[in-house]
Amino acid sequence: MTAYTATVTVRLKRGVLDPEAETTQRALERLGFELSDLRSADRFEVDLEAGDADEAADRADEMAERLLANPTIHDYDVAVAER
Amino acid sequence: MTVAVVQFGGSNCDRDAVRALDYLGIDAERVWHEDGLPDDTEGVVLPGGFSYGDYLRAGAMAARAPIMGEVREAAEDGVPVIGVCNGAQIGSESGLTPGAFTTNASARFQCEPVHLRVERADTPWTVAYDAGDVIEVPIAHGEGRFEIGEDAHADLVADDRVLFRYCDADGNVTDAANPNGSTDGVAGVLGERETVAVLMPHPERATLPDLGRSTDGAGILKAFA
Repeated sequence: MTAYTATVTVRLKRGVLDPEAETTQRALERLGFELSDLRSADRFEVDLEAGDADEAADRADEMAERLLANPTIHDYDVAVAER
Repeated sequence: MTVAVVQFGGSNCDRDAVRALDYLGIDAERVWHEDGLPDDTEGVVLPGGFSYGDYLRAGAMAARAPIMGEVREAAEDGVPVIGVCNGAQIGSESGLTPGAFTTNASARFQCEPVHLRVERADTPWTVAYDAGDVIEVPIAHGEGRFEIGEDAHADLVADDRVLFRYCDADGNVTDAANPNGSTDGVAGVLGERETVAVLMPHPERATLPDLGRSTDGAGILKAFA
């Protein structure tokens, strides 16, 4: 078994309104920053032991499917690195 | 009939629901989620509140609690199940009903009376109304914007599963009358069976005559009578 960190990034699907990101963008603009757009995402770093990187990715994928993301509004991706 | 009002950590409309049901002469009791559904459960209310502090997404944690497996089985057996506000979020997160409820377009928590148009009058939840009736029921939520993918929305409409839409006092579904940016003004939807429904507005807060301005929500809870 090898120690991995699986990073699951969950973001709203393109086209789904993100009021939190819009509010954050407005706050940045109030501070004088110039920006065209801003998107937010949630990142989960999952430490786990697995036989290989594919197994670690599969398990993180299932975590995203079953809890971390809501498929109605979210896309997600998984990246695995040895820890 | 005993209606189980399922209480999660952070539920806070469970007492209101029991009280409103009591007022309507419907036997109801609060059930702690870890205790499971009582054997004589003949109805389920998923009440409002902030289960698990809305961590991750509103309703996400409670939707994965073991009791929700029992609630899904009960729903499949035809037991009436309604989710209100946080209960609606729990219901959609658990797959009882289609779509998702997420952050209001205003990015604010909104607590206000709204008008709803009854879209279906032939369900247990709406026998007290006629299709097209306008009722006044309060909302109190920060994550009530109904979102659903385009294809799933087309299916929802084709299958006639929209139960309530936000509207103005005259029953017109307009952007101005839509408090939270919900897709198609959807305030409540049906599950696969008409005995399963979720809605963001609070019928239990519009049932007791002494409580406020409207008792229009009582008809929804009478489904359990």
